[in-house]
Amino acid sequence: MAAIVDYAVLAFLAVTAVALLHFRNLFAVVMLASIYSLLSAALFVRLDAVDVAFTEAAVGAGISTILMLGSLALVGSKEERPRHTPIIPLLVVAVTGAALIYGTLDMPPFGRADNPVHQHVAPRYIQETPEKIDVPNVVTAVLASYRGYDTMGEVIVIFTAAIGVVLLLGIRQPRGEKESRSNEKGPTRGGKASE
Amino acid sequence: MTHHLVLRVVANILVGPILLFALYVQFHGDYGPGGGFQAGVIFAAAFILYALIHGLEMTQRVLPIWVLKLCIALGALLFIGVGYACLLLGGNFLDYNALAHDPVHGQHLGILLVELGVGITVFSVMVAIFYAFAGRTGTD
Repeated sequence: MAAIVDYAVLAFLAVTAVALLHFRNLFAVVMLASIYSLLSAALFVRLDAVDVAFTEAAVGAGISTILMLGSLALVGSKEERPRHTPIIPLLVVAVTGAALIYGTLDMPPFGRADNPVHQHVAPRYIQETPEKIDVPNVVTAVLASYRGYDTMGEVIVIFTAAIGVVLLLGIRQPRGEKESRSNEKGPTRGGKASE
Repeated sequence: MTHHLVLRVVANILVGPILLFALYVQFHGDYGPGGGFQAGVIFAAAFILYALIHGLEMTQRVLPIWVLKLCIALGALLFIGVGYACLLLGGNFLDYNALAHDPVHGQHLGILLVELGVGITVFSVMVAIFYAFAGRTGTD
């Protein structure tokens, strides 16, 4: 029964991916990308990775869709037809995909208890967490305590992303508030308001 | 969006529960799925929903840009600050055992503060990026 759900979600993923390639209307593409994220989130739930599913649903299907729609409002939602032939990109994609599939052949079978990933530090985390950290969610214990340094790095990455966006795009006041702030912001803003 | 009455009413009803749910995800992350990253994104989603319906200007009255910029740094500083607090209290960097007399309590406190830092930074970064995109119009 569970396998049917897996195959159904995977089939939907494949259909969504093909549809993503097919559409020229970028609004539809953004919506399909959001659906793709939601389906991936469903798949993560099936793999018992609820924390990842949570993030995927919130970030992938939620916020990033809004941001893409925001950029579509700036650049328009019609994609131009590419002038070059698709043969070379197709070749690159096929070769990369084949290499990746070849790489998975060497990987240990999914879900086996004696896989290397379950032999390294994971048993220690699972055994120690109840007594040393005493939080029921081991994922939180690993993220915030055992791997606290990594999580700090991730926060710094997000912090840096914000600095990059703020420096490149800049956060602006909407039009209504410009009058009160135009004095301190200099001549460019005043010039724009008079246009 | 101001003329969509149904959207406006539904969004107004939803904003409160979304904020509450974000807080639940934030502080319940030790017990169930969730944590700072997810909570920050959900908290930001509530403000973004508000901005989509009521416009950027109204949202920036609730959440001014300077607060946002402060929060971006505050979250990261809180995380690093907990690390240094551990150092000063005699442990290693981010070794929460040093934070309280009982190591397990120290771990609880450390995880709570660190997740809070993550949540604050993720929330404010998401809203800041949204502000940056939404504040531009096609002409400039």
